[in-house]
Amino acid sequence: MAPVVPRSGDAIFANVERVNAELFTLTYGAIVRQLLTDLEEVDEVNKQLDQMGYNIGIRLIDEFLAKSNVSRCVDFKETAEVIAKVGLKMFLGVTATVTNWDVEGTTCSLILEDNPLVDFVELPDTCQGLYYCNILSGVVRGALEMVSMKTEVTWLCDMLRGDDTFELQLKLLKQVPEEYPYKDDE
Amino acid sequence: MGREVSESCVESLLTEIVSSYCNGFYADKPELAARRIEAIGFQVGHQLSERYTMDRPRFTDHLEAIKFICKDFWSEVFKKQIDNLKTNHRGTFVLQDNRFRWLSRMSVDPSIETLGSIQDPSAMAENKAAQAIGMHLYFPCGIIRGALSNLGIPCAVSADISNLPACSFVIRIKA
Repeated sequence: MAPVVPRSGDAIFANVERVNAELFTLTYGAIVRQLLTDLEEVDEVNKQLDQMGYNIGIRLIDEFLAKSNVSRCVDFKETAEVIAKVGLKMFLGVTATVTNWDVEGTTCSLILEDNPLVDFVELPDTCQGLYYCNILSGVVRGALEMVSMKTEVTWLCDMLRGDDTFELQLKLLKQVPEEYPYKDDE
Repeated sequence: MGREVSESCVESLLTEIVSSYCNGFYADKPELAARRIEAIGFQVGHQLSERYTMDRPRFTDHLEAIKFICKDFWSEVFKKQIDNLKTNHRGTFVLQDNRFRWLSRMSVDPSIETLGSIQDPSAMAENKAAQAIGMHLYFPCGIIRGALSNLGIPCAVSADISNLPACSFVIRIKA
């Protein structure tokens, strides 16, 4: 049997079913807009977007693992690189740069220069506290939790708020030990 | 070819719209949840049809606009055209997609195939599976209504899945 080789983000993206990004971008925009109407408070919308992202992340990790052939990452540095170069690429078609590591190697930032979530988007003055892309931080947090990493994921820079780039900070809080052997009969 | 994302991204959003509105905010009020999901679709359809008709002359009649939905619009959104178009020539159009993408990966309880039109939230409250599918269909119904509304055609849109995996969208143009 041929050895299982991890696949590049480009290779996976080229092979998955894809749809036109406008549909995705406008659907996300319509969701945010509807949530702002229904929940009224911007903070509540931020929370809801994060929760929706988390729910998506805990499901998408399966597709990611199945399609990428990525094996266990040796450390959090590798994990961050895999998210930036493979995970983001295979779903959103973009990559990020990993930077701003702390000395312990547990906190870093993903810099996104291109972000399909925000095409056509401008925030009105009434939405200043909104973290428009909070769904994405939720996705990353949810996906990592499914591979035993408790993380805190926050937006440090946001172009919709006037920054030059999108900077998503990943902070590893705890590596949850896997319980082994699993008890099959429970 | 413009920018693309993985289909999973759109499907994930759709799943989350339905579950947030049906299980979260409006767990006991399927009618309200349905209206919100439809409204999100409406917004999307409205904006998409604005973009896809930018360089076209105005449609001269309803049939032309409906054909645009069946061909160009459907191809952009679902990468295929509508398979069958019927009309009674009195303002009702039935658009059938023989394999509707957003239902193709959903498991369906066979007992609801006899249910016919499921766009009645109170009727489907009994059957959770029917309700789940019905809720997912409010989104594309909203998209179609939004797209036509942007073309100046007010209408009502419902879905019929009595023929799975085909899905028919029934458009009733308001006189």
